[in-house]
Parts: sequence; C-alpha cells; structure tokens
Amino acid sequence: MRRLVILGGGTAGTMMLNKFSRVLNEDQWQITVIDDSETHLYQPGFLFIPFGIYGQKDVVKPRREFFPARANVVISGIDRIDADHKRVILEDKSAVDYDYLIVATGAKIRPDQTEGLLDDEWGKSKFDFYTLEGAQRLHQFFESWQGGRLVLNMTEMPIKCPVAPLEFLFLADSYFTARGIRDKVELRLATPLSGAFTKPKATEILGGLLQQKNVKVTPDFGIARVDNERKTIVSYDDVEIPYDVLVSIPTNMGDECIARSGLGDELNYVPTDKETLVSEAHDDIFVIGDAGNLPSSKAGSVAHFQSEILFKNFLDRIDGRPAHARFDGHANCFIESGFGKALLIDFNYGVEPLPGKFPLPGIGPFSLLHETRMNHYGKLAFRWIYWNALIRGVELPIDSKMSMAGKVAA
Amino acid sequence: MDTLEILGKHLAVDKDGNLVNRSDWNEEIARAIAAQEGIAELTDRHWAVIRAMQKAFDRDGDAPSIRRLTNESGVDVKTLYQLFPKGPAKKAAKIAGLPKPKGCI
Ligand SMILES: Cc1cc2nc3c(=O)[nH]c(=O)nc-3n(C[C@H](O)[C@H](O)[C@H](O)COP(=O)(O)OP(=O)(O)OC[C@H]3O[C@@H](n4cnc5c(N)ncnc54)[C@H](O)[C@@H]3O)c2cc1C
Repeated sequence: MRRLVILGGGTAGTMMLNKFSRVLNEDQWQITVIDDSETHLYQPGFLFIPFGIYGQKDVVKPRREFFPARANVVISGIDRIDADHKRVILEDKSAVDYDYLIVATGAKIRPDQTEGLLDDEWGKSKFDFYTLEGAQRLHQFFESWQGGRLVLNMTEMPIKCPVAPLEFLFLADSYFTARGIRDKVELRLATPLSGAFTKPKATEILGGLLQQKNVKVTPDFGIARVDNERKTIVSYDDVEIPYDVLVSIPTNMGDECIARSGLGDELNYVPTDKETLVSEAHDDIFVIGDAGNLPSSKAGSVAHFQSEILFKNFLDRIDGRPAHARFDGHANCFIESGFGKALLIDFNYGVEPLPGKFPLPGIGPFSLLHETRMNHYGKLAFRWIYWNALIRGVELPIDSKMSMAGKVAA
Repeated sequence: MDTLEILGKHLAVDKDGNLVNRSDWNEEIARAIAAQEGIAELTDRHWAVIRAMQKAFDRDGDAPSIRRLTNESGVDVKTLYQLFPKGPAKKAAKIAGLPKPKGCI
C-alpha cells in the first residue's frame, strides 16, 4: 500500500482528499487525513456574524460529512512532521508514516504577537472576527452598543482574505445606518499598507469607496502596542489612535506544528515553489492553501485554483514524470460593500485587479471592481458553492488560470 | 515607463516609484532617493539595513517584509521605524534600488 497523508481537513485538505479519493486506486492507496477537530468552519461566513446576517448554523458543519467513506480519518493534534523519516508525529507521540504528504494546516490569528492586545479587555472592548468565537462576541457587543469610535487595525501582512477588513467596514457602515446610529459611530481603518489594498487600481477604487462611506484611513500604521489604560493603539513611530472599540486583525501565522517541524519561515509558513506547489525542502511534500509562503492571496478561492495544479503535479510525481502544471497566482474574490451590493476582483501574480466584466458561462457576467447587486448574490452564493461543490472537489466552471477576457487594461 | 530625475539623470521607475534597473543604483543614488523620501542622512545603521535587504532580495527574489528584515539585519522594529519612518520595508526597498516587497498580498 502506498500512503498519502493530508495534514489539515479544512478547505484545502478536504478538497484534495475528495479529488484523490476518486482517482487513486483503493487497493493500492491509503489516504489519511489528520485534523484536531470534528467541525468544519466556513471562515468566509465569519464576516457576516458581527452584523447578525449569519449565525453559527450557517458556518459550522461536521467535518466527516465532507470526507469520502474510504478516507482514514484521524482526529488528533499534529505535533510535528519528521520529514527525514517520512512520518507525522501526533499529539500522543504516535507516528503516522507517509510516502507523500500534503500540508494544508492553514493560518490562524495570533493576538499574542502584539504587546497589550491579549488581556482582560480581549472580547470586551477589543475583538477579532477571524474566529467564530471572536465574531460572536462582537455581535453581542454591537447589539447594545450606542456608538463611539470604532477602529479596525490590521497588524501586519499577509492576512487571510486581505479584503475582509474593508468588507467589515463597509458592512459596519450599512449596519449602523440601519440601526439609525451611523452619525454616532466614527469608523477608522488603521493599516500598515499605504492605502486600502495592495494593488494600485484596486486601492484607488476601494479607497474611493471608503471615503464615500465616510470611513477614515490612517495608512502606514505599524502597530507597536495597545495602551489599554488610555484605550489607544500606538504605532512604532508613535502615532496614537484612541478607540472605544478596537477590531483587530491580529498577525496571521502558520500552525506551530510547522515551526516544531523546522519547516517554516518566520511566520511558520512553509517555503513552497510558487508554481509547482512542492515544498522547497522536500520533494515528497506538497503544500496548499494558507499554510504555504506563496505570494498569492490566502483565500479559499485561491486554494481551489491551487488544488487543480497540485492534483496534476501529484499524479505526475507518482507516475515518475516531472511536474508539468504551473500555478499563476489566480485569485477571485467578491468584496461585500454594504447595502446589498458587492464588487468582484480577479487577478494573479502578474496582473493586478482590473475593471471590466468577468464572464462566467451560464451565470455571469459579473462586473469587476464595480459595485452591483449581482456581485452581492455571487458573494452569498459562495457559501452554497463552498459546502456543496468547492470542498467536495467538484469541478467549477471557472478556470484555475486567470483570463484577460472582459478586463479593461489600465 | 515612468522616470525619476535623480542627480540630473532620468532613471526608469515602476508604478511604485522604485528603480527598474538595479544597474542604475549606487550609493550616491541611494542617498539622493533617501533625501527625496525625507531621510537627510544615511548612517551606518541605515546602510546595514540596505545591505541586508539587497542580500535577502538576491537570495529570495523578493524584498523582505519588516518581520523578516528584523531577522536579517538584526535591527529591531522600533529602530527600523526610526531609521525609515512610515513603512520601513517599503522605504528601505526603494532606497536599496529594489521593487516594493511583494510578500504582502
Ligand atoms: C473572516 C474571514 C473571511 C474570509 N473570506 C473569504 C472569502 O470571502 N473568500 C475566500 O475565498 N476566502 C475567504 N477567507 C479565507 C479562507 O477561509 C481560507 O483561505 C481557507 O479556509 C484556507 O484553507 P486552508 O485549508 O488552507 O486552511 P483551513 O481551512 O484553515 O484549514 C486548516 C485545518 O488544519 C487544521 N490544523 C491546523 N493545525 C493543526 C494541528 N497542529 N493539528 C491538527 N490539525 C491542525 C485546522 O483544524 C483546520 O481544519 C476568509 C477567511 C476569514 C478568516
């Protein structure tokens, strides 16, 4: 028996498990997935929870519902990868041997990385919405909040879904308007970037939207610490921003098991060939999703495009051919902009998000970098697609390679 | 292609205003770019960071993030901000004649 072991049964791990279960002969291959919990969380849904648009039932399902019957499911914490001996050591120190490994352990928030962020006020006046608990606490808080200064701070890049902080602010504008207290709420974005986003065209358009919705922006803000006494965040160059409620996107890092394995960079991300998705250190280890150090967005849609590349390169590998598929960094993200509208961006390593149309056979076209209702329905449909097609490894009518069709070049 | 006038020369720059050709770069140009960025004098500590940045770029093909830069240069974040106010990684990359770090998408 040959053994494929998948670390992490989240978005990317579940996708790969389903894809390989269909093609790898059951008599010859054992496929194992290891995750430390029984529940699968739909993280993109966390964005909507603070505003009461989604609740827990929309974002939580049993993990096993998405695992094929033949999968060998191990529910356990992963202690580390012992790459030299081709085995994974579990929490209880037992070992799982592999011939090939797929690392899909994702990324998580680390509020402990910022001085003064994680104390008694965490969950009271300082919140996150990148975890289910964080998003739920914020929802409770918002329900009775009567207004004041809301500061959203991104600690450092890269973060999962880099547009989510902007979406949060757009939705906050919409939510507090509906509650009739928008005039009592000051919204501010404090970001380490020089503007709203990382790429010029999108920064210009999204920056314009922030302005239109009266969200103030403090760019180039590198947070050094939270001064809890004075409810103020302080940057490394001593810029101070007072808040009544701080919504933090803490530092995102790969799992500690990657650091324990000696396989990570300074943020515990696994150095990975950005085109073939093979680990730079070990050619029998593949990396997908948020766990790698690729300069592509950390998003479920990106993991989906990567899955098709990894799938082909893995089959090449086990048949003794050189890996032939190349990932181009394709990302495709709806950006919820409040009041029942959304934008769409589509880009890759080389092409920044551009305006124009995004053709989608049978459904589209969607409008790129432009607010429409249609895009909002696309965003909401993503949840159905996620549970029913994406993580089940079903083919979607959207190419893993970015296309210029419909885009208007700058 | 945009150009930037430095010391009487018109040098090609990308859309972030960073030099396109590393061969255009030298210490004198670096001092001139620094001056345009509001850094009046490049001290030994500035140079240590600039050199570390170039070394990391040559090895990785990308300019390092702030976190990596602290590891590479041995200079802590607070000091990096004092040396290169408002976004040390971006500023130091520009002065070092490198493209803006890609690592932040
Ligand atoms: C608020 C928010 C909004 C988002 N919005 C969008 C969006 O609109 N569109 C989009 O495409 N993406 C969005 N994303 C990003 C998307 O959710 C992630 O990119 C995606 O889930 C990454 O998949 P993954 O498999 O790499 O990681 P995950 O899905 O996080 O899976 C990692 C798995 O590994 C397991 N694991 C990790 N370490 C260990 C260990 N030591 N032992 C055992 N198990 C372990 C975890 O339990 C987890 O199940 C959003 C994310 C957030 C937080």
